[in-house]
Amino acid sequence: MYKIDKVKKIVIEKPLKLDCGRTIQDFPLAYETYGTLNEKKDNAILVFHALTGDQYASGTNPVTNKEGWWSYALGPGKSIDTNKFFVICANVIGGCMGSYGPSHLDSAGKPFGTNFPVITINDMVNAQYNLLDFFKIDKLFSVIGGSMGGMQVLQFISNFPNKSYSAIPIACTASHSAQNIALNELGRQSIMADYNWENGFYAENKKVPDKGLAVARMAAHITYLSKKGLQEKFGRKLQERDDLKFGFDADFQIESYLRYQGSVFVDRFDANSYLYITRAMDYFDLTKQFNGNLSKAFQNTTSKFFVISFTSDWLYPTPENRDIVIALNAIGKDVGFVEINSDKGHDSFLLNVPDFLNAVRNFLETSYKKIK
Amino acid sequence: MKKEFFKISELLEKDSKILDVGCGDGELMKYISENITEDVRGLEISKDNIQKCIAKGLTVIEGDAEKDLQQFPDSSYDFVILSQTLQAFLDPEKVINELLRVGRKAIVTIPNFGHWKVRLNLLFKGTMPITENLPNEWYNTPNLHMCTIKDFVNYCNRRKIKIDCANLSYVNFFSELGIFIIEK
Repeated sequence: MYKIDKVKKIVIEKPLKLDCGRTIQDFPLAYETYGTLNEKKDNAILVFHALTGDQYASGTNPVTNKEGWWSYALGPGKSIDTNKFFVICANVIGGCMGSYGPSHLDSAGKPFGTNFPVITINDMVNAQYNLLDFFKIDKLFSVIGGSMGGMQVLQFISNFPNKSYSAIPIACTASHSAQNIALNELGRQSIMADYNWENGFYAENKKVPDKGLAVARMAAHITYLSKKGLQEKFGRKLQERDDLKFGFDADFQIESYLRYQGSVFVDRFDANSYLYITRAMDYFDLTKQFNGNLSKAFQNTTSKFFVISFTSDWLYPTPENRDIVIALNAIGKDVGFVEINSDKGHDSFLLNVPDFLNAVRNFLETSYKKIK
Repeated sequence: MKKEFFKISELLEKDSKILDVGCGDGELMKYISENITEDVRGLEISKDNIQKCIAKGLTVIEGDAEKDLQQFPDSSYDFVILSQTLQAFLDPEKVINELLRVGRKAIVTIPNFGHWKVRLNLLFKGTMPITENLPNEWYNTPNLHMCTIKDFVNYCNRRKIKIDCANLSYVNFFSELGIFIIEK
């Protein structure tokens, strides 16, 4: 794992009661900012990251030295233009890039491991709300996020209905589906089946369940792409060989690609964090929080919504995104919706998909003019 | 802007709540939002058009009027606009019912198949009419249910839908386009 000394953090002193019943306090929340907060403090955007993201959305991640996960969309002159907007992005609690998570030390000085409390999307959002106080921002201009980030957008608006002028939930759902719970469980079981996992207490024994975590990542990675995208990029192409080798090496490029994705992932991500964050996603059911009526989650908000889905996303397909639109329409809220054409699957929101990038840019620019 | 859109705008009330069904590239919505009310939304099926609407700062939902109007509550808009697309639906009657359910009033425009040019075209040339409002050939027209102004007025009368059209026979002969306010 990387050293994370140079990470910006706030320490949240105020006790936070978690959904599981436990209360945490004096815990760190790691964050990064992009752009400059203007004098009126009306240009702030809170970006929420997805399952394996972190606070380094743009530019170079100082920990991994790789490009930030949302570099296509966020940065100077980009769709979320940091020449204009002040963007805050925090590592979720439960994560492993400096925020309070299972790799942190408990009062006895040992890593929490699976003694860390189970957290929820609601807990993540409540923890991040402290950033508004920290930056003395009364009202955000927008909250934006894709996938699990989109779930946080929905929960944020529900919890703090008048704290953002606009909201862009992307490729997400208000209620995690059985298929998605199943896929997350596959990943968790893969980690737990690794002999080195040791019931979650691998860190104190200086072990890493990297095989299990890599397989979890490989399986998940497939779900972020589309069949068509995979076929076009890889087809049945062979990996640095002219013919099949009649063995179990990576004969096919797709195998090699997945193995590579798995191997680089274990260098930057903690296996227990993967368990905790996928669990938080599984537990997310905003509809249930409001007794089966999703509209009630948004009853008191004045935010202007823009919901975006992608044609080839089978993980958070259009109908699930549309359910959010329907719930908002049912109570006459301001909501726009577009399904973007893309073969790049769920990952479309992270990639260079011009229609998507233009839509976000235009929505933000025209909405910002209106509040001026 | 199209003359039709000015005519439609004249029928709208200031600061009312408006839904433009099949709002296209948002030309009419933009005019409405700048001159009549900010409370205007669109429903549009074409992704390209939606991008144009977003660039204009308009609130648009991607969807198909034949199935996606059902998500809007009863009487949730003062006016629902449907401009020259009624004839292109598989089930225009269902769409009319939905317009009247969602809007207090609906503004519907139809290309008039009873216009004298259309009639002459068919009478003398013996081919399907092609005019400014009906530019397509029979094999590629999106129009499935063409009607005349008279047909539409008769329909509304039969269904007890309020509609106003004086000098019906005259209008039916000389108007290329019918613009109506209808309500339940």
